[in-house]
Amino acid sequence: MKKQYFVNANIIDPHNSLKENGGLIIGEDGLIEAIGKKVNTNNIHNREKIIDLKGKYIFPGLVDMRVFVGEPGFEYKENFKTLSNAALAGGVTSVVTMPNTDPVIDNVSIVDFLKRRGRDKSKINIFPSASLTKNIEGTNMTEFGLLEKKGIIAFTDGTKTIQNTQLMSRIMNSAKDLGTLIMQHAEDHDLAKNGMINSGIIATQLGLSGIPDVAERIIIERDLTLLENIRCRYHISQISSAKSVQIIRDRKGKVKFTTGVSVNNLSLNENDIGDFRTFLKLSPPLRKEEDRIALVQGLRDKTIDIIVSDHKPEDEEQKRLTFAQAATGASGIETLLSLSLELYHNGSLKLETIIQALTNNPAKILKINKGNLSIGNEADFCIVDLEKPWIVKKEKLVSKSKNTSIEGKKLQGKVTNTFVKGEELFKL
Amino acid sequence: MAIKTNKAIKLSQKHLLGIQELSINDVNLILDEAQTFIKLNKSKNKKLAVLRGKTQINLFFEPSTRTQSSFELAGKRLGADVMSMNMANSAIKKGETLIDTAMTLNAMHPDIIVIRHQDSGACNLLSQKVNCAVLNAGDGSREHPTQALLDALTIINRKNKIEGLRIAICGDITHSRVARSNIYLLNMLGAEVNIIAPSNLMPEEIEKFGVNKFTDMKKGLKDCDIVMMLRLQNERMSSSFLSSNREYYEYYGLTPDKLNHAKEDALIMHPGPMNRGIEIDTKLADDINRSVIKEQVELGVAVRMACLKMFCE
Repeated sequence: MKKQYFVNANIIDPHNSLKENGGLIIGEDGLIEAIGKKVNTNNIHNREKIIDLKGKYIFPGLVDMRVFVGEPGFEYKENFKTLSNAALAGGVTSVVTMPNTDPVIDNVSIVDFLKRRGRDKSKINIFPSASLTKNIEGTNMTEFGLLEKKGIIAFTDGTKTIQNTQLMSRIMNSAKDLGTLIMQHAEDHDLAKNGMINSGIIATQLGLSGIPDVAERIIIERDLTLLENIRCRYHISQISSAKSVQIIRDRKGKVKFTTGVSVNNLSLNENDIGDFRTFLKLSPPLRKEEDRIALVQGLRDKTIDIIVSDHKPEDEEQKRLTFAQAATGASGIETLLSLSLELYHNGSLKLETIIQALTNNPAKILKINKGNLSIGNEADFCIVDLEKPWIVKKEKLVSKSKNTSIEGKKLQGKVTNTFVKGEELFKL
Repeated sequence: MAIKTNKAIKLSQKHLLGIQELSINDVNLILDEAQTFIKLNKSKNKKLAVLRGKTQINLFFEPSTRTQSSFELAGKRLGADVMSMNMANSAIKKGETLIDTAMTLNAMHPDIIVIRHQDSGACNLLSQKVNCAVLNAGDGSREHPTQALLDALTIINRKNKIEGLRIAICGDITHSRVARSNIYLLNMLGAEVNIIAPSNLMPEEIEKFGVNKFTDMKKGLKDCDIVMMLRLQNERMSSSFLSSNREYYEYYGLTPDKLNHAKEDALIMHPGPMNRGIEIDTKLADDINRSVIKEQVELGVAVRMACLKMFCE
């Protein structure tokens, strides 16, 4: 690989508190050699090929902590290759994959397969998670220690929640002993039973069963109470309501944990479901505008740590059904950054806050050296035209599944180039 | 018998998916048209040629006696070719999706499809995929527009108006599409609507529809002109909503004692089928001075004839 020189970029790297116009030099080994305002045309030998980014932005490659890949079992929805291409188109260079596959990622023998496929087929960094319980049945714990040794980064039942409080406390104890990260999808299954959208007037009007916000709250309160005595690495995958934000804000000073939110819940509300738009059947559900505003506020005051895409590819056949029959989830890894930037363009959040929630914060939770632009690190980054307007069109999505929640939405800001280990793997 | 034909009738909607989508003008046009069919249905020769050459397909994914037979009869009296499909034996059982079924039927060029489905919004989905008019005969817990229209017609024929009446809707509101359609329609026509149900059967934020909420039946029935009882939909209840039928009857079953709180000339309605002794006292249900339940069924045919005719045009 030849040495690469970029100048005149707006660099934002929250990990190094870097926010300045400057340049980036990538060595032949794909590592970051120099970065910042000191890198400019004056101190680069004029024989070198210099790329002038003309004020475009450089962000660290995004770290997306909640991504569903169809491999193994649902390759027709998404495989490692298509996921990797979709991620690159969105500036995402590291992902945590969910264990909700067929078979479930719950034992060491399948992790080898996963790592091999991830390495051979994907160009981005794959960090697989495994399930908390065998076959995601919520009864028997998986082998956290052995799985972690094989390369599992975190444990979660993905779309399911540990309902049994005794089991949850045992999981936390094991996680504490082993230093393992556990991630909970917070939803009381009984309260949410048959639920499809947020409880309230929209659910009543559409005649759909609701999922009350108390279903989320009750699990969060339970887990945080357990956490007072069992101090393990605990992360709430995604929250959806103003109440949850309030509880987390109140408890953050007392116990240590982290919280995520899906970009869908930050950008959309239950009114967007309109006339039974199954592409907006999500978990957790979209809630009221007040909830959305509270989530944005939660990010602003650091109550919420990270933003995830909750990328859940579903083939169209699973969505062209009645609302009750349709699959849950939306494809979103490609639009994660652009949709998040909406909150910057409309003045809701600072750009650094958004980038931090997409890069440095998830990396810190995962304890990985990603999501930063430190000298000597692998050059995983994206170049972004922050002002570029574009319209989301499902047929133009790279992901194998086209179930976007924001079809036809006008966005501002697009990734133009994505690099992994110094290699340009995506170019608009 | 001569039926007057309204030439300039224009509805705002192509499909009848719910009362929510209709304008007050649409409702009045349908109710006026239905009045003309009431007389026809009582006459000796009940057959018209209004829909001669038109094809009507009834797609019933849920069991139904009165709605299905009512739509079938309505179509036949207007001269349409009516095909009622028993979806229990259809390709749906073989794994065909609703959209594929719709495409298949659409290829046969029907003029109107009447659909009843267990999922809310099924008729909306169907209407996006076919070229003909779609009439909703009940979708999940969302809407049952022809039931509300026939209820309104029944009330108008007995009370001469709806505006200013106090109307109680009592029972399993959560699971009831009839309740929702009636709330929209009665509100639109100027009635005051009282909703009576135990909290477990009261939908979230129902008060935002502009109704009064009661968990005490006697209070809710006070000075009502109409008492509309709903069926307990046990088939839609996934877990324990109620302790027992007998306790439900004690607190929410319509008995002469509770009815005394309503106006003296209050009428009793029920969309059927009834659970006698659970939501309604069996004698009250049959009381010809108070109950208009049979009249509802009778007018149902007239309302459906009006809908078929007007949405076919």
